[in-house]
Amino acid sequence: MDSAFGMRGLIARLRKGDEIAHLIALLFALTLGIITVLIAMELYRNSALSRAKFGWAFLATSIWDPVTEVFGAAPFIYGTLVTSAVALAIAVPLGVGAAVFLAELAPRRISDALTLLIELLAAVPSVVYGLIGVAVVVPVMRQHIEPALQRVAGSLPLFSGPAYGVGYLTAGIVLAIMIVPFIVSVLREILLAVPRDQREAALALGATRWESTWGVVLPYARLGVYGAVFLALGRALGETMAVTMVIGNRPQIAASLLAPGYSMAAVIANEFTEATGNMNLSALIEIGLVLFLLTMIINAFARLLILVTTRKGSVVA
Amino acid sequence: MEARAPVRGPNDVTPPAVTSLRRRAVNILMFSGTAVCAVATVSALFFILGYLLIQGGSSLSLSFFTNLPAPVGESGGGMANAMIGSAKLLVLAALIGVPLGFMAGLYVSEFASPISAFAVRYATDLLNGVPSIVIGIFAYTIVVLPMKHFSTLAGGIALGIMMVPVTVRGTEEFLRAVPGSLREASLALGAAQWMTIVRVVVPAASRGILTAIMLGLARVAGETAPLLFTALNNRYWSPGWNEPSASLPVMIFTYAIAPYEDWHRQAWAAALVLLGVVLTANVAARLLVRRGAVSTT
Repeated sequence: MDSAFGMRGLIARLRKGDEIAHLIALLFALTLGIITVLIAMELYRNSALSRAKFGWAFLATSIWDPVTEVFGAAPFIYGTLVTSAVALAIAVPLGVGAAVFLAELAPRRISDALTLLIELLAAVPSVVYGLIGVAVVVPVMRQHIEPALQRVAGSLPLFSGPAYGVGYLTAGIVLAIMIVPFIVSVLREILLAVPRDQREAALALGATRWESTWGVVLPYARLGVYGAVFLALGRALGETMAVTMVIGNRPQIAASLLAPGYSMAAVIANEFTEATGNMNLSALIEIGLVLFLLTMIINAFARLLILVTTRKGSVVA
Repeated sequence: MEARAPVRGPNDVTPPAVTSLRRRAVNILMFSGTAVCAVATVSALFFILGYLLIQGGSSLSLSFFTNLPAPVGESGGGMANAMIGSAKLLVLAALIGVPLGFMAGLYVSEFASPISAFAVRYATDLLNGVPSIVIGIFAYTIVVLPMKHFSTLAGGIALGIMMVPVTVRGTEEFLRAVPGSLREASLALGAAQWMTIVRVVVPAASRGILTAIMLGLARVAGETAPLLFTALNNRYWSPGWNEPSASLPVMIFTYAIAPYEDWHRQAWAAALVLLGVVLTANVAARLLVRRGAVSTT
């Protein structure tokens, strides 16, 4: 048997092992940050050709012509922003409503069951949403909803032009269905974190439960509400497959929501493997860079808001 | 005194009777509205499931699982190569995503100071928010460009990166759920911290960590965009790791936008298989940890 002295030496060596373990774990953790930085660097480096030739005008040019090698991202940026705006306009009221129901009204068991189903909805792959979009939403839009919109509001430029079925509005609707689950699951957590005494105080003052929810709970959690909305916006901006399949893929800027358009992610998905030259590829990567920066800013902001509200660490969504 | 019950709607507090009829009507109306929102959201899931079962169920056959895609223009054939391709991509993704995600999660939970824990968590969330198509470009520039061809390897790397954030957050959450008394007992017996982690903490959280890995895999199993220009697609078997490979999500995309009726039929079948796998993994992961402590949507 070893002497006590030897034992102590062993223990000391193992304590040194702690330092090594700490260091190894730290290296892996740092890798996460390094990957994110590498992504930014690779996008920047590989878009050099396009950045040098077009400069900032790239963002405002609406020509996309691989033949003459003139590229501008304006139609794609426009399409991404418009579809995301439509998606938010639909998904925010729906998501806030559902989250309020789950956090404020539904009994625990029902709330948990519905939350599970909504989380499963969030797990549906985006290509499946795209498939449903192509097969179900597009025909319904073309035959029923878009003609109806034109009958009611056809005089507005927003709803003018022929009903193709594919277009900004359709893409926005499919996107809305995809981002609602994110809004609901993040917001439910945030609403559940609102202290109970806030509600009780409102009720004690004679408020109805709705008045307590609308006048006290939601304002109390408003930073988190904004956070959830921005998080959903980040998702919508970067969403690729479903949008690619229903937006119509036409590089134009159209005032009408019914017109076919294009989005940043969609043009990358469609044209990347068919890029006709280095300039074309570089321009596509620059679109990727713009998309990366845009989602990065939105997400950084959203995560901060959520952290501030829940204070216990953010929700992976 | 009420114990710390989970924060719920204040069902037990009766509003004073002085509420006017109008305010009560608004109360009922608005809460009914929120119920409609919740039901509408959930019904989207049932619609998708039902529609896929009807459309895809009739197209599923044994040959779908065992055959290669038929030559363009001929009907029949299957997607056996795409299923094997997806499996290979997931293996690669796990090889990258699991060690990286697990170790980073371990760091946050066991070693990090509050500030560095916040930093890693924040970085994880940001990486999680990077659009999948951008991850695809990244894998293209670091793997496909130097190797000069599309490959399973490139696709696996893209998926591996996408898998990391979910694994980090899940691992961290479950490690932190291990009671401090367990750690202290082990340390008090003279075990070093790394030994405590390896022999006590990680085994105690193993089911949770498995859940986190399953959820990570389920998430990337359905990803299409990062594969479009990394693994590309293939109508034949992809023997090794250096050739372009078919995968279920890319097959669904390709077949869905193609002009052939028979391809649409197969796209539905493939979507049904894919959704079945993804949802099963999600449900299983949640059953594995009954407490539902993860929120990895």
